[in-house]
Amino acid sequence: MNITQAIRDILGSNEAFAGKADQLSEDDSLFDMGLDSFGSVQLMLALEERFSVEFPDALLNRKSFATIRAIRDAVSTLVRQEAA
Amino acid sequence: MSTLAARAERAAAVAARHADAVDREGRFPEEAVAALKAERLLGLQIPSQFGGEGAGLTQIAELCSTLGHACSAAAMVFAMHHIKVSSLVTHALDSAWHCRLMERIAREQLLVASSTTEAGIGGDLRNSLCAVETTGEVFALGKDASVISYGAQADLILATARRNPDAATSDQVLVALLADQISLARTGEWDTLGMRGTCSEGFRLEARDVPVEQILPKPFAEIAAQSMLASSHLLWSSVWYGIASYAVDRARAFVQAEARRRPGQVPPTALRLAEVSNAHQAMRGTIVTALRRFEDAHGDADTIGSLGFCVMLNNLKVTVSDMAVDIVRRALSIVGLAGYKNDTPFSLGRPLRDVLSAPLMIGNDRILANTAKLLLVQKSSGQLMSA
Repeated sequence: MNITQAIRDILGSNEAFAGKADQLSEDDSLFDMGLDSFGSVQLMLALEERFSVEFPDALLNRKSFATIRAIRDAVSTLVRQEAA
Repeated sequence: MSTLAARAERAAAVAARHADAVDREGRFPEEAVAALKAERLLGLQIPSQFGGEGAGLTQIAELCSTLGHACSAAAMVFAMHHIKVSSLVTHALDSAWHCRLMERIAREQLLVASSTTEAGIGGDLRNSLCAVETTGEVFALGKDASVISYGAQADLILATARRNPDAATSDQVLVALLADQISLARTGEWDTLGMRGTCSEGFRLEARDVPVEQILPKPFAEIAAQSMLASSHLLWSSVWYGIASYAVDRARAFVQAEARRRPGQVPPTALRLAEVSNAHQAMRGTIVTALRRFEDAHGDADTIGSLGFCVMLNNLKVTVSDMAVDIVRRALSIVGLAGYKNDTPFSLGRPLRDVLSAPLMIGNDRILANTAKLLLVQKSSGQLMSA
């Protein structure tokens, strides 16, 4: 399962990123590009559903959702913990 | 050197003296703001290396409460000024131009206003239609600002705008505009039920040939999440606490006067006063807890920008604004007709009309709807003594 592609797919369903999610670099600031608090909540819900994980409160901050790389790191950690 | 509390009390005494006239005439609380400047209270938050006193939000909150007790409009002007200053102090320390600006605010006691609300967008802080248009080293900005509180009286306005004409509506920057760099044409009046002295009129704002270095380097998204949300809700709440405290003080004085007239009896209104005192203490506890959590975060952007912290601040605003209205209304029912009349020592008309703005300035329903979204992912309610 390619986590990065899944993140791009989910981002693509957000209005701010429609049609350009695949062009984002891993370190582009998603907030600068228009991700708002509700957008990040929707993103979290979709990731939780897709990967059967739950984001703990400690990860519910702007840093965890600032870039595709940050999201992938958070999701990978959670997926590993789930598997262990 | 007199204490901060003494300086605040002197400014509050001036504000109280003119509060009725400010309300009646719907005019800017100029005497109170002159007193705030004379006591050098507008530069309190500015770091000491720039000539300020490096005060934290808790100290500013205490002053908001002291002023709120005296004149709601003056207190709200003071709160709004310091909400803007907190954005500069938190986000502009790496910008030489804004550091010089902070020196000027402290030295010249400049009054800072905010322009976020815009025609076509309304009060949605995180979206703008107007855009910064840069040509070489300068920019122009035209904004249909449907509300700029004390815009006509401010020395400096911090305005939101899109980063450039091609940017998304949420891709915003914050620009500092000095009064002599802009023209303001009044487009809307401020004839309201209460808070009449904030003069939150509408304007067409035009700025030309402003140096680009006056644009804050940090994206407004970060400024909104990391300083504005917290400072707004904490300082507004403190103003409302001051208004509620004034009403409780009037009710207490009224009940005590009744008790003195009938020695040996507890007046029936005393029970109602006990209820109000109960609510007033709960209100205070809610604000103090939020201020402590803010201070405990020590400016850590991840903590203050976290979802749990945002939920906490939203809840603070909704709870405190509703309680403030409830407390003033109950105080009025204790005082009765003496509070309903405008010419008695127990008059509560002005504070009641003023405090009715609390649930409306950023409507509580809008805030609850935002909290509802955040709760879709929050996992726990935290511990009693920690987040």
